[in-house]
Amino acid sequence: MDIPYTVEVRPDTGLTNGKIGIWLFLASEVMLFGALFASYILIRTGAPSWPRGDTILNVPLATFNTIVLISSSVTMVMAWASLMRNRFGTFRLYMGATILLGGVFLVVKYFEYSHKFEAGLFPSTNNFLAIYFTLTGLHMLHVIGGMAVNAYFWGPGAKLWKTNPQWFTNRVEHSGLFWHFVDLVWIFLFPTLYLL
Amino acid sequence: MTSDHAADIDRHVKVYITVFVTLMALTIITVVISRFHLPVPIAVTIALLVATIKGSLVACYFMHLISEKKLIYAVLALTAIFFVALLALPVVTHHDGFWLR
Repeated sequence: MDIPYTVEVRPDTGLTNGKIGIWLFLASEVMLFGALFASYILIRTGAPSWPRGDTILNVPLATFNTIVLISSSVTMVMAWASLMRNRFGTFRLYMGATILLGGVFLVVKYFEYSHKFEAGLFPSTNNFLAIYFTLTGLHMLHVIGGMAVNAYFWGPGAKLWKTNPQWFTNRVEHSGLFWHFVDLVWIFLFPTLYLL
Repeated sequence: MTSDHAADIDRHVKVYITVFVTLMALTIITVVISRFHLPVPIAVTIALLVATIKGSLVACYFMHLISEKKLIYAVLALTAIFFVALLALPVVTHHDGFWLR
């Protein structure tokens, strides 16, 4: 039996099932990160003193990573736009660039983490580092998850384009929504942890 | 694909590029402002304001929220209410738990 409402919209919701599904998932993600942001506020306001992020963390590297992630959001949306324009080859290029930029983000994060560990700075060192590693670690897991899905659509999952291009385009749009959300979270993490 | 549809997507692509340039500019502005070492309440207000503008641009244009269906707006409105309540919890518990005692 075919999965219902993958291409045509449900009459009652006016949406495909995939679209409403990904937005409900993102709503739960907002609450997940929201809980951690609330923890951050609680820990920070309850602390007698709180360090400025730039005295501990590497702002130039994080700025570079912000630019990388924003760029990857643009390549992601361009990948979807390429499918809408019926240009599969261009889709592959943009999707490949999105995955690559995700990889660059992770490599930079690896160097950031390594530098902290070498300096003897661990999550157990203090509350600032505990919340820093928790928030950025969870965010990094999301980057890895998004890259895995994008890689699937770049590779084996792209077979669907030949049999059902509209469904494939919708799927890429949904994975794009997740990827933009990951970018959106970083947009708030960057000033909160590094600059304030 | 109709020519109207293609022109529509071309218009979208131009918007994406404009949003991209704006996001880059706002990122640089955020970093530059942080160099001034403003008092914490002012620095937090400015940083979160700029981040909110950036986040809204991503949500509205890259995530197409500017032209979505009502049901998605309803889901997000509900999420926003709970999100604000979640962030307000530390605030209301901060002053000796006055509201939640």
